[in-house]
Amino acid sequence: MTVYAQILAGGKGTRMGNTAMPKQFLPLGKKPILIQTIEKFVLEERFKAILVVCPVDWLTHTQDLVHKYVTDQRVVVITGGAERNDTLMNGIKYIEENFGLQDDDAVVTHDAVRPFITKRIIDDNIKAVMKYPAVDTVVPAIDTIVRGKDDQVEEIPIRDYMYQGQTPQSFNIKHLKAAFNQLTDQQKAILSDSCKICLLAGEAVHVVRGELANIKITTPYDLKIARAIIETRVNI
Amino acid sequence: MLNQVYRLVSAHQFEAQTIDENLSSDEIIVRPTYLSLCKADQRYFSGNRSQTVLDKKLPMALIHEAIGKVVFDPQNQFAVGDTVAMVPNTPHEKSSTIKENYLTNSHFRSSGYDGFMQEYVFLRRDRAVKVPKSFEPHMAAFTEMISVGVQALTNLKETMDNDESVLGIWGDGNLGYIIASLAKAFFPNSQLIVFGRHQYKLDYFSFADQTYLVNDIPPELKVSQALECTGGSGSQIAIDQIIDHIQPMGTIILLGVSENPIEINTRLVLERGLTLRGSSRSGHHDFQTVIDILSKDRQTYDRLCNLIGTTQKVTSIREVVSFFEKDSTSSWGKAVMRWEV
Repeated sequence: MTVYAQILAGGKGTRMGNTAMPKQFLPLGKKPILIQTIEKFVLEERFKAILVVCPVDWLTHTQDLVHKYVTDQRVVVITGGAERNDTLMNGIKYIEENFGLQDDDAVVTHDAVRPFITKRIIDDNIKAVMKYPAVDTVVPAIDTIVRGKDDQVEEIPIRDYMYQGQTPQSFNIKHLKAAFNQLTDQQKAILSDSCKICLLAGEAVHVVRGELANIKITTPYDLKIARAIIETRVNI
Repeated sequence: MLNQVYRLVSAHQFEAQTIDENLSSDEIIVRPTYLSLCKADQRYFSGNRSQTVLDKKLPMALIHEAIGKVVFDPQNQFAVGDTVAMVPNTPHEKSSTIKENYLTNSHFRSSGYDGFMQEYVFLRRDRAVKVPKSFEPHMAAFTEMISVGVQALTNLKETMDNDESVLGIWGDGNLGYIIASLAKAFFPNSQLIVFGRHQYKLDYFSFADQTYLVNDIPPELKVSQALECTGGSGSQIAIDQIIDHIQPMGTIILLGVSENPIEINTRLVLERGLTLRGSSRSGHHDFQTVIDILSKDRQTYDRLCNLIGTTQKVTSIREVVSFFEKDSTSSWGKAVMRWEV
């Protein structure tokens, strides 16, 4: 079995306020967020390749950053698509074209803007994807989840059954491809979550425990929190 | 890199802290795999230190006995996947006279500086000692404690007179057991006598030539040299007993840590020309000696494996807390966590 990592850095920063630079390139501590995330993945020797999938307009910038900070030759920068799942499938296509595809090959996909991922979460994803076709990383919901439409509450589900999805999301690549190909264009257009590709195709999705700290840096507020929780080392 | 460090912030309470680490070329990155608990860690965990000490040292990651796997070495001196024992003492100068663990400006992990309860340890390369793949990892986890025994026996050899006939070890706990096991390798021709307070613990010392309960020592019994491994308030009683039973001009190696100062009968120390030498912690050289001894000496290796006590895989802070609590009720053996947090 071969495992690949795919870091999804396709965000254009539209929710980050008036900054011109997509959020994954903003500094967190001494390095850009994307680099902080990549550094967690290069410490895992089981990844054959670590793909960083970025927007076309930011390809050179991403390559320059990787060149500046990362020495690991497994890290490859490629461009993504218009939507999240196009970006994901671009990475899959790259793997297939460059490394071939075996039945049990798997990919661990992760948001570039979740730099607080831990070794334990990566391990649990690899372990689970060796056994299950699709794996999601979740934490139990703390806030009550309310489903609503047009300013009306339609449902308040029992919180004990509610989780918040994080990443990584990990997949057996052949299963993922088959599931994606079953989707209609309309389904593809509204999909905001990669595990849902498998759910819609009737595949079981296994969950592993995330961490509350594994936050997604999406808004200026998130970035403020992220910067507040990191510390520099003052002793050995 | 953003590294998670799991620090004790107050008794029974750990918190994850993210540290933005910078790797320097003289460092390697190690993923801790097996962590062994020490009584000093337990004292911090249970809040059994003075408030002044706790205020000064916490928050701090505990654990100074651990092995791990190398995940990155910028100089390729270590291969990815190598198992290493991590030396908790970090000296900042070199001395031709003073051993690294006695330099007053050295940093010691889990005593004022972050220990090994971390996602990754950024370790100075001269603080890593390769562990053979064949070693039982739970035992290798307490290499540090074994190295403390090596340091003590080396100090004894450096200091003692030429009478090797009878070696006395006071203390029937984990440290006493380690020193007794190693003593057989350091002094193969010596008679080994262990003195303790608990018969059920002394029963583990099946390789000793004699064991005695401390309230039942024949008055005429003499040892050539002695090692005190009791600690706490027991140190004073043990040292008194040793002074009574050691040959004139013998050497007493002191290892037991007592929280409060204790009294020593200096009149008899003077009269008998005794040497008292303190021995604390260890350095890189002692770690390497442990690996060398255990690679060659199967008996000592097996005896030290018998010291493995409670073991458990831990994947979260909650499990770590319950493991510390479980260990606090255990009276024998080293508690070792398989670290998957």
